[in-house]
Amino acid sequence: MTALLEVEDLRVAYGKIEAVKGISFSVEAGQIVTLIGTNGAGKTTTLRTLSGLLKPVGGRILFDGQPLTGVPAHKIVSLGLAHSPEGRHIFPRLTITENLLLGAYLRNDKAGIEKDVQRAYDLFPILGERRKQAAGTLSGGEQQMLAMGRALMSQPKLLMLDEPSMGLSPIMMQKIMETIVELKAAGTTILLVEQNAQAALSLADQGHVMEVGKVVLSGTGADLLHDESVRKAYLGED
Amino acid sequence: MNELPQQLANGLILGAMYGLIAIGYTMVYGIIQLINFAHGEIFMIGGFGALTVYLGLPSGFSLLAAIPLMIVGGVICSVAVSVAAERFAYRPLRGAPRLAPLITAIGLSLALQQAVWMWYPDATKDRSFPQFKGEAIDLFGASIQRGDLFVLVAAPVCMLALGLFVSKTRAGRGMQATSQDPDTAKLMGINTDRIIVMAFAIGAAFAAVAAVAYGLKNGQIGFRMGFIMGLKAFTAAVLGGIGNIYGAMLGGVVLGVAEALATGYMSDVPGMELFGGGAWKDVWAFALLILVLLIRPQGLLGERVADRA
Repeated sequence: MTALLEVEDLRVAYGKIEAVKGISFSVEAGQIVTLIGTNGAGKTTTLRTLSGLLKPVGGRILFDGQPLTGVPAHKIVSLGLAHSPEGRHIFPRLTITENLLLGAYLRNDKAGIEKDVQRAYDLFPILGERRKQAAGTLSGGEQQMLAMGRALMSQPKLLMLDEPSMGLSPIMMQKIMETIVELKAAGTTILLVEQNAQAALSLADQGHVMEVGKVVLSGTGADLLHDESVRKAYLGED
Repeated sequence: MNELPQQLANGLILGAMYGLIAIGYTMVYGIIQLINFAHGEIFMIGGFGALTVYLGLPSGFSLLAAIPLMIVGGVICSVAVSVAAERFAYRPLRGAPRLAPLITAIGLSLALQQAVWMWYPDATKDRSFPQFKGEAIDLFGASIQRGDLFVLVAAPVCMLALGLFVSKTRAGRGMQATSQDPDTAKLMGINTDRIIVMAFAIGAAFAAVAAVAYGLKNGQIGFRMGFIMGLKAFTAAVLGGIGNIYGAMLGGVVLGVAEALATGYMSDVPGMELFGGGAWKDVWAFALLILVLLIRPQGLLGERVADRA
């Protein structure tokens, strides 16, 4: 079986500075794959390249058998790749419902869209309670829920989550992580970027450790969680 | 003539025109943070488009029946030039330092003025614009020229249509999303290039409607008419809170009314006898702008919403 997403020797640069220096990994359908690493390792750059916001300088991306390089960002969504960006980036002056509807921008099945809006409310009841409220008034955790719910509205084959736990309280983070497991159980494939290595690795099937633009270590979530060097560098043990 | 209802009506008529033009500044700024200084010329070209259609109609054609055709002609010309400007002048500079498109806009403004001056027949001097014949109409104690009724109907209709478009349609939501966060809008599948073109086109269409109103009111149009009207409309957009479409219309009306009141009453204020009358109205308009910006830098309806909690 070929993987849903295959990244080969991907290189991305900001001007002359190479932020991603030839990384390769793949994501099988139904899996949770995580990229962990410190700030500046190139994780966010990788996701932004996959969703078309950045153009790679080299390498290959195959999604569902199709090359993604050169495809504009607004077309990539329609192929089934959704991206919930770092920092959440909800539309602050639109309501929660409007934010969710924007996630379904390219869909035309009105009934299906309504059903999925309802599903987002079921997944995150607080969003349903505040549906008419401007999204900018939500707390950080609620905004994260909205960003995830919005990304799901496109019915993606692959959901990319960038730092969903950033700036959240431990309880809120727990809730987000549980939701990720629920989504996997419902059949969504997930590519998760996290600085919280402990949380990410404990629910990932596959993990890749990134350091200054390169993948330095790969393995199953459990393997990496018990790896000596990972424990030292990312889990705060010595 | 110096009665309050009359001054208010004059201000409203002028202000509705400012507001219609201001929409174009505010929409483009709201999405790509460009002050499109050529927008005044887009307005002017709408006027010449409308005039061209009128001159092409058979004689004896009633002006009332001609108005819709003139609007269509004006809108087509304004939109075509505005969309071409976006495509060939501004889009290549997307991502360049903000000064570059701004200077381009100023250059384009001069180029468009000169193009009309050179190539439109007899446009080196003002061309006369058709006028409605007949008595002025009394309304709430103000006497309103028939031609001025046009803008009093057109401006609310245009605003209502735009408000519905922005809030109720998918493209309208896409436009709001693009203005709030363009990169994330792309992640939603929104073709932001198309949204930008749409903003330029809507602004141009509204400017063309304003140009028809201007022609009907003043009885003549000229290649330079876009300069001061554009400047005033830009002032209105800033006054109302740039990026906000309702603010643009409100800013236009406030500016128009303030000008009319200053023209009518400033000379009655003790010590200000010298500063009344039409010659000083522009001074009062800009004084109002400075005052509002001192007290409320974001403009009347401009908002500062926390993007993150």
